[in-house]
Amino acid sequence: MVQAIAFYAFAFVTIAAGVMVVSSRNPVHSVLYLILAFFNAAGLFVLIGAEFIAMILVVVYVGAVAVLFLFVVMMLDINFVELRQGFMQYLPIGALLGLILLVELFFVIGIWSFLEDGSMLTAVIPVQNITNTHALGNVLYTKYVYLFQAAGLILLIAMIGAIVLTLRSRPGARKQKIADQLSRRSEDILDVVKVKEGEGV
Amino acid sequence: MSIIQLPSMISASPEIFLAGAGMILLMIGVFRKTDGTGVLSMATILCFIVAIIAGFLYGGQENAFYGMFITTSFTQFSKSLILVGSILAVVLANDYMKTEKAQRFEVPVLILFATLGMMMMVSAGDLIALYIGLELQSLSLYVLAAIRRDSLKSTEAGLKYFVLGALSSGMLLYGASLIYGFSGSTDFLDIANVINEQKDNLSLGILIGLVFLISGLAFKVSAVPFHMWTPDVYEGAPTPITALLAISPKIAALCLFIQVLIGPFSAIIEQWQQIIIFISIASMTLGAVAALMQTNIKRLLAYSSIGHMGYALIGLASANEAGISGVLIYLAIYLFMNVGTFGCILCMRRNGQAVEQISDLAGASKSHPMMAFALLVFMFSMAGIPPLAGFFGKWFIFLAAIEAQLYTLAIIGVISSVVAAFYYLRIIKFMYFDEIVAPLDKGLTKNLRTVIYGSMTLVIIFFLAPGTLVSSAAKAAKSLIGVNG
Repeated sequence: MVQAIAFYAFAFVTIAAGVMVVSSRNPVHSVLYLILAFFNAAGLFVLIGAEFIAMILVVVYVGAVAVLFLFVVMMLDINFVELRQGFMQYLPIGALLGLILLVELFFVIGIWSFLEDGSMLTAVIPVQNITNTHALGNVLYTKYVYLFQAAGLILLIAMIGAIVLTLRSRPGARKQKIADQLSRRSEDILDVVKVKEGEGV
Repeated sequence: MSIIQLPSMISASPEIFLAGAGMILLMIGVFRKTDGTGVLSMATILCFIVAIIAGFLYGGQENAFYGMFITTSFTQFSKSLILVGSILAVVLANDYMKTEKAQRFEVPVLILFATLGMMMMVSAGDLIALYIGLELQSLSLYVLAAIRRDSLKSTEAGLKYFVLGALSSGMLLYGASLIYGFSGSTDFLDIANVINEQKDNLSLGILIGLVFLISGLAFKVSAVPFHMWTPDVYEGAPTPITALLAISPKIAALCLFIQVLIGPFSAIIEQWQQIIIFISIASMTLGAVAALMQTNIKRLLAYSSIGHMGYALIGLASANEAGISGVLIYLAIYLFMNVGTFGCILCMRRNGQAVEQISDLAGASKSHPMMAFALLVFMFSMAGIPPLAGFFGKWFIFLAAIEAQLYTLAIIGVISSVVAAFYYLRIIKFMYFDEIVAPLDKGLTKNLRTVIYGSMTLVIIFFLAPGTLVSSAAKAAKSLIGVNG
């Protein structure tokens, strides 16, 4: 009962937030609604017992992707009003695509429920009474340690590549040099001058 | 709570060492900035040498990481070739960066990681391990191709390489996922078992997956019809990086090709043999014909390397022990011919600027007699003129093709090598029979001279003592065929 209420609440908020993403006028609001949608989707994952995916969704999508979106929206000068102008024009083709997806979804579910041994095709749930995170950790650092480490190397290369190809040293740029600031003494830069009245410096 | 045992990983020690060393070198580079480039290059070369030695000491003992990492004499041999190729590329790159005054400490580090990726590719015993090794290699090479980010050509080369490389990775992954879906495992041994069981009634999914896998790998060895990126990338990338691209990744991808096809797919040889025969013929012909029109020497070498890959694929198509050892011998000789040729291209400078047109070589025999002679040797060798090394490479390959009764393939190979001889000889004609228009700059650096004359000597004297190479290649081929056949 509680689960059902939670499911409908999460599902409803997800869909509502999704609608708001495309319909709100202010792009920053869109991104914020997107974050809301991600959080609620994560809640749905928790409900079906996939707590690891839920956490990943929050960490990766909310933490990285949405913040990146926010940066793009705020830093780049994109005229969103202009982008939105063709909305009505593209509505029919969008609706058609949505309809096709809906029909396909019905096909999948229909075949699934009419299939005699359809239940065989669901993923095997491991017998051990351990959490997803625990189960993943068990194989990730043992059986797949080679692939895990190698994937880490690939990410390292990606980072090196991004830095090598984009970072430029600009000679004119002013940077804060804390050591210089700290080693500066008042005697070197301050002159105490006695000014006679009426004469100025 | 059970205590989980660490997987066996002693035979992967060269790779583990290189990964650790790469990260340490990166730290040193970050702190010393560009003036650490020379030191880092030396250190990288040292690491490669250590990796070769470690490979001979610890390799071939047992598979590591639950069978995801395979070592045999075959992988040992190909890894040594890859490492030698990378060492020479680092030497060339260091020299080039010094003369161009464009030192970047990331270059040797990226070459190190690319080489690590190649070694992981060759040792892959699992589809995921294959893909990850391939990506590690490719990603480093994309960055290296675009490393001169202020040059339009270099960035273009990097971008083209990246986009087309990503496309090929996508095809490879699609094939791999189909194979996984229809065989139920990513492990090569399990896939081999499944294929052995359904030998006569092969499921369509595995077959289609295999075709996509071959396409993805053909991209990496730049075999026709997946070759279109090669000339542009070769032309645009900085010359020592082009040398690297022409040598180590080609060797690695071809060895991986052999490892995959002779490994898990050895039971369905008649299915993939026709594909390999086709791409081999297409590569040889296109490599010979398209190069005739080229005026840029780097583009010419790109087509020449497409042709060379076609010859090497003959050995794979033969799919016998002679064929595999033929490929290995061919690759070893190809390595030294190419390094030498690219060394000569690096000498082509006029008024401090690098020049790349073939016509710039006019009269080089008078201004640079030694360099011209070395280039003459390499060109004769690539054309396959006895008694130079290139002749023996082709000889072993054609012998294997005849043994496997692939007469058409051998005949087309001989014909296209005659056609290809034309453009190799054209370079010699420019150097020896044309008048000097504008002389090239004098003066070679010591390293460049060592690389050029060293590989020239090897190419010339190979026929005196081919025994070592031939016997170790035969041993490597035996280790591969023996296990799976």
